[in-house]
Amino acid sequence: MQILILLLQIAMLLAIVLLHVAYLTYFERKIIGHMQVRMGPMRVGWHGLLQPIADGIKSFFKEDIIPQQADKPLFLAAPIICLVTMLAALAVLPFAEGWVLADINIGLLFIFAMSSLASYGIILAGWASNSKYTFLGGMRSMAQVISYEIPMGLSLVGVMMLSGSLNLSEIVAAQGTSIFSIYLFPQIIGFFVFFIAMLAETNRVPFDLPEAETELVSGYITEYSGMRYALFFMAEYIGMMVIASIGTICFLGGWNGPFAIPFFPPFWFILKVYGFLFVFIWIRATLPRYRYDQLMALGWKLLIPLALLNIFLTGLLKVLVR
Amino acid sequence: MISQLIFLYCALVIISTALLAVRFHNPVYSVLSVLVLFFHIAGLYLLLNAEFLAAIQIIVYAGGILILYLFVLFLVNLRQEIKSQRFVAHHRLSTVISIILGLSLLAIIPYFKLGAKGNYPVARIEQLTHTKAIGMEIYSTFILPFELAGLILLIAVIGGLVLARNDKTDPADDVSDSAAPTISEVQE
Repeated sequence: MQILILLLQIAMLLAIVLLHVAYLTYFERKIIGHMQVRMGPMRVGWHGLLQPIADGIKSFFKEDIIPQQADKPLFLAAPIICLVTMLAALAVLPFAEGWVLADINIGLLFIFAMSSLASYGIILAGWASNSKYTFLGGMRSMAQVISYEIPMGLSLVGVMMLSGSLNLSEIVAAQGTSIFSIYLFPQIIGFFVFFIAMLAETNRVPFDLPEAETELVSGYITEYSGMRYALFFMAEYIGMMVIASIGTICFLGGWNGPFAIPFFPPFWFILKVYGFLFVFIWIRATLPRYRYDQLMALGWKLLIPLALLNIFLTGLLKVLVR
Repeated sequence: MISQLIFLYCALVIISTALLAVRFHNPVYSVLSVLVLFFHIAGLYLLLNAEFLAAIQIIVYAGGILILYLFVLFLVNLRQEIKSQRFVAHHRLSTVISIILGLSLLAIIPYFKLGAKGNYPVARIEQLTHTKAIGMEIYSTFILPFELAGLILLIAVIGGLVLARNDKTDPADDVSDSAAPTISEVQE
């Protein structure tokens, strides 16, 4: 019986998240459209509201092309690796008090592990397609993920030190209910590093070099078509949501808000995640792409030292306060 | 019973993927089978209530070191399968040596004795959480080996810096920003 309930919960979470993915693409196109004084999608349904469904049906029925020279098993496995690891990361996210599928003690490390595994999908896609564009995209992604995972992990060490836990629910609980006790204020350097590393980890503008359209056609997904292409897309958007949730949990106080909402406790959590996602899209509409060496210099020479400084300051603060 | 079954499964997969990693002709497939191997080692750690080690196993080995291996493989671009069957010259001799080593390992098994029970039974670890338990032990009982390991890593970092440092900078070569790191810096 308990397993049945758990399965039902997993199915619900999947359905909600995939629906969010579909409409996140819609909001992205709409927001960017309005920021560039266009309308965005308007044709399918009222103000284009049915556009994501039309896109989904289209990609489902498109021909699935596998290049003749591709390494077939890896080519087929790559999008699945990407999507599965991202979906697995959803399991440990606490959406509200008690609203979490797997309340494990190493929640934060689990997220790191899954996000580093997702890069395997990208790398293998780049290699298995046997094309220059995809290969370059895969290589770039590999170097980028290795470089930015370090500042990302280090920026969250401050949060771990303050809360004394790796359990995501406990991290939220440790921040208290007041807006002034959230970790954004004592961890402002950590948040700065986290925010930049988060854009790079999810391959978003201005760090979208693995799929830089102007240089690499579509980067590592150049050779993919139909549903497999859509799988990569879904993985990227779920990755955005996961990392936005981590930002919400670790720095913005998770599900706690100014007042409790009856019947729907995750309200504030979802609102904060939407805020993050809006900033993601806003940045995409605003900033140009970084050059590759600038990306590397930023990660290694600015973010990592800043994150280490943050750890040092947090430790000092903890010792002084105690 | 169920934990024994899980152990058996993990052990079988570990042995077979280790063999596959050696036997595959395509190096990318070898690396991937090592990836599966790391997963099942993490599974063994979970079975022992060592959740922190399991997570670190995935993050460091699968997420860091193996990706660097892939990086090197891609840089030397071994797309064609390597045709040579033997990597070493004295194949016969190495077969004999490995058989002797294997037999002596088997001969050691009967002398295996369980060590004394430590301060951390399962109940205590569950109450303390594994992360805290391992942290407290490392920073109190095992501080000396920990510092030594840190020192060794520091030496490795300095060695990497020395190797990567480019003394003779030819101005004609310098097309990028002065901020651009070399590839070996990136790999660190």
